[in-house]
Amino acid sequence: MSTEPQTGGRVADGSPVVRLANVNKHYGPLHVLKDINLEVAKGEVVVVLGPSGSGKSTLCRAINRLETIDSGEIYIDGKKLPAEGKELARLRADVGMVFQSFNLFAHKSILDNVTLGPIKVKGLPKDEARKQALVLLERVGVANQKDKLPAQLSGGQQQRVAIARALAMAPKVMLFDEPTSALDPEMINEVLDTMITLAKEGMTMIVVTHEMGFARKAADRVVFMDAGQIVEQAAPETFFTNPRSDRARDFLSKLITH
Amino acid sequence: MDNYLSLFTEYNIAAAFWVNIQLTFWAALISLAIGTVLALMRISPVPSFEAIGAAYVTIFRNTPLTIIILFGVLALFNQLGFTLSPNFNENFFRMAVMGLAIYHAAFVCEAIRSGVNTVPVGQAEAARAIGLGFLPAARLIILPQAFRGAVVPLGNVLIALIKNTTVASVGSVAVEASSVMKTALEFRGDIIIPIFLTFALGFVLIVIPVGLLTTWLSRKMAVAR
Ligand SMILES: Nc1ncnc2c1ncn2[C@@H]1O[C@H](COP(=O)(O)OP(=O)(O)OP(=O)(O)O)[C@@H](O)[C@H]1O
Ligand SMILES: [Mg+2]
Repeated sequence: MSTEPQTGGRVADGSPVVRLANVNKHYGPLHVLKDINLEVAKGEVVVVLGPSGSGKSTLCRAINRLETIDSGEIYIDGKKLPAEGKELARLRADVGMVFQSFNLFAHKSILDNVTLGPIKVKGLPKDEARKQALVLLERVGVANQKDKLPAQLSGGQQQRVAIARALAMAPKVMLFDEPTSALDPEMINEVLDTMITLAKEGMTMIVVTHEMGFARKAADRVVFMDAGQIVEQAAPETFFTNPRSDRARDFLSKLITH
Repeated sequence: MDNYLSLFTEYNIAAAFWVNIQLTFWAALISLAIGTVLALMRISPVPSFEAIGAAYVTIFRNTPLTIIILFGVLALFNQLGFTLSPNFNENFFRMAVMGLAIYHAAFVCEAIRSGVNTVPVGQAEAARAIGLGFLPAARLIILPQAFRGAVVPLGNVLIALIKNTTVASVGSVAVEASSVMKTALEFRGDIIIPIFLTFALGFVLIVIPVGLLTTWLSRKMAVAR
């Protein structure tokens, strides 16, 4: 059982976009992240797998500090994630996040959802933000819905808008926390296809998902977590066909029988 | 009947109610401003702000309005010579407005907070995730949705405020409706019950549209999720 980072198919160029060093987090007595060390290179796509409660969401949320950590360090593009304030907000803008439950701004139109960050955080002029948003919405295939409210869209469409909203900030890395698990089965692929395209275009991505198809097609590396630890990391094919740890074997056997 | 109608020539009842409406208007605006700031403090990540907001609400929600207004007039004005206007009557009016505003701000704060509770946490997380700080996230994402979710409780505060403007009478605002009613009762013992009914009806007529309006607004403005 080894935990040294491996960079799958792609070659890392220079310093990692995301680096976690000895990160620990507790919820009361519960040790949810145990000494996590993880590096994600530019353009790398990492899929995080693991049983429920293993700490995958907490890991994602720690990376843009939606959750605090107790010890250790997190670096985004070489800069240490600060504790609070303006500097944190700025660094957060470099980390795009896509949530399981979409979390589109419910009172704003699709277009406004995508332009809000660029206008209010980056100070982009309105018409420029609008132009850019339309390009992004076109890219994820929902430009024709731009004037609707989120609740008027299907789950798959909402999630694609959420991806566009995150992309509008031109993030250095995108985090996805089970982006398809709240979706009806027939909508899963439209979102996965968008993500696969993104991966092919070279976006650095950390994706929590149980979609093995996505992992096989788009991931450079699979990180397997259990009980707050990174138990195993490998290229997707290697991991799925020949997992080294018993816990990973056990987890995979349960996934397949589902 | 003529007996009763003479009430309206002897006393300018419409003007009296107009005073209550003006008290309501200014107190509503100011309490909305204070209440919004308090609500922001109570949801802010800074513990001392949250504590100050909580203390304000506890103190003013649990103090009788009469005492707050009397404090303004008897302690601040009579004892300490504090004024809000050089004009005698205007000063009492403004003090009553401030008393009403300070008291109702505590309830406005709680109404807005109940509205904040209708906004899923994911909204705030998404706002933070695109790099918005606490205040921009509150202003652009949380409060707009919270106000829409708080229309009914805010309407209830407004209704209470309208009726509570009669407490301004203890603050020497002698031209508002309940003060005029008391004077009328003194001089027109022949029509005591009609006088009560007239003034009660006046308030009912002001309050009912507010209730209808807030019900309609809350439906119209509800955030679809
Ligand atoms: N806010 C919280 N307070 C207390 N415990 C929490 C909190 N959030 C998560 N936990 C606990 O921390 C552990 C890790 O949670 P986390 O959500 O990261 O797991 P996960 O791997 O994402 O699971 P799932 O696959 O179910 O989403 C779980 O045991 C969970 O119950
Ligand atoms: Mg999770």
